[in-house]
Amino acid sequence: MTAQGTATVSAGRGEPLVVLSGVQKHFGQLHALKDIDLTVKRGEVVVVIGPSGSGKSTLCRTINRLETIDEGTITLDGKALPQEGKALAALRAEVGMVFQSFNLFAHKTILENVTLGPIKVRGTGRSEAEKRARELLDRVGVGHQAEKYPAQLSGGQQQRVAIARALAMEPKVMLFDEPTSALDPEMIKEVLDVMVDLAEQGMTMIVVTHEMGFARTAAHRVVFMADGAIVEENTPEEFFTNPRSDRAKDFLGKILKH
Amino acid sequence: MDAVFSNSGEYLMAFGLTIGLFVVSGIASLVLGTLLAVMRVGPVSILNKAAAVYVTLFRNTPLLMIFIFIFIAMPVLGYNFKFVEGVEIAGYNVSAFFFRACLALTLYTSAFVCEAMRSGVNAVPLGQAEAGRAIGLTFAQSMNLVILPQAARAVIPPLTSVLIALAKNTSVAAAFGIAEATATMRSFTNDNADQRIGIFLAFAIGYVVVVEVISLSSYLVERKVKVAR
Repeated sequence: MTAQGTATVSAGRGEPLVVLSGVQKHFGQLHALKDIDLTVKRGEVVVVIGPSGSGKSTLCRTINRLETIDEGTITLDGKALPQEGKALAALRAEVGMVFQSFNLFAHKTILENVTLGPIKVRGTGRSEAEKRARELLDRVGVGHQAEKYPAQLSGGQQQRVAIARALAMEPKVMLFDEPTSALDPEMIKEVLDVMVDLAEQGMTMIVVTHEMGFARTAAHRVVFMADGAIVEENTPEEFFTNPRSDRAKDFLGKILKH
Repeated sequence: MDAVFSNSGEYLMAFGLTIGLFVVSGIASLVLGTLLAVMRVGPVSILNKAAAVYVTLFRNTPLLMIFIFIFIAMPVLGYNFKFVEGVEIAGYNVSAFFFRACLALTLYTSAFVCEAMRSGVNAVPLGQAEAGRAIGLTFAQSMNLVILPQAARAVIPPLTSVLIALAKNTSVAAAFGIAEATATMRSFTNDNADQRIGIFLAFAIGYVVVVEVISLSSYLVERKVKVAR
């Protein structure tokens, strides 16, 4: 899988949307990403799994350039990622991101968290942005909390608000960087439900997670990473029942035992 | 305390001057210190280093030494700041003494303001800036809308300490020909040796009142902008 998508693609499910090609990244001595080639098609849900330190979060963060890359190219909808400045900010607006630690703006209410981007980045009017934000908050099931501050919500609620905040920008693709890793088991389900719902509605999603259940039910493709490289890619069905690489067999053996 | 009551005009004038020194150098320190802090946390390496050198130089030298440098060494080098004496603000002529004292206090205090501001910015979790960038805010927008409002809340307690120290540090100017509260106290006790205790008390209370006003305002501001995390 190499960069086949330099031509502008603007519509149609199944066309390449995010294309990583020959991506290399070092953290000092550590070779964090080794020659990564990955194409994510429009409407596709790709789950990235792998042991800690395998580079899956780093991979996720390079796609909206929260991490810079040393070599290779990343294109979104046929356009290469800009280096810095306004063009990069504009690109990030097209890419929704959900973090492990939610990162809701602590000094703003739930509603303000969701409307900040549309108002300041998109230039949407306040009343329209609020109307849309309330719809999104209702959709993720926290509509009645709109006037509260993030610290007053549970982790699961905060993460759902974070999803609504990202959706408010009407992104082309959503990145999830271990969205449920900081949550209690009972809150994990409410977040995953929202994500499954999103996947069913055709959102393009790249999900770094340890939730194998989510990978089985919602993913179109599983990407298995180890030591900074993509070791195996397959359909969830095939990957979980019949992993090809020893590294993946070893990993699945460890996590599926309990 | 009779000496103070019968010369209450002089007493109030003295504290007026103390407050004048505090307000002028306080505002100048906040401006300069914030600028230094932005240089210090910003991405430009040369500005970063320049601000670090400034902080090292002025935070690590005694205030008295900075005063001596500005009042005694600078005039020898040809900088006596006499030019400010032509300036008139609200009917008052600015004295070169007052200007020099404010300069010394500002140079010294801004280094502390810079560090207080920097600690405030550092107190905001990195994820807040990342979340701001992730929804497409520019560097300036994420600073203005996300980082600085939260940093401001974290910065109030350390900044209050810096400002309280400044209010009391104005007393160093007493040794350099400025009739602020401490200098006036000394002249009162010289003239009325039998009332020393009362005079000391009267001036101590004056300082307590000034500092209490600062800490009370800080408390009110802090309560207004408090955020839960």
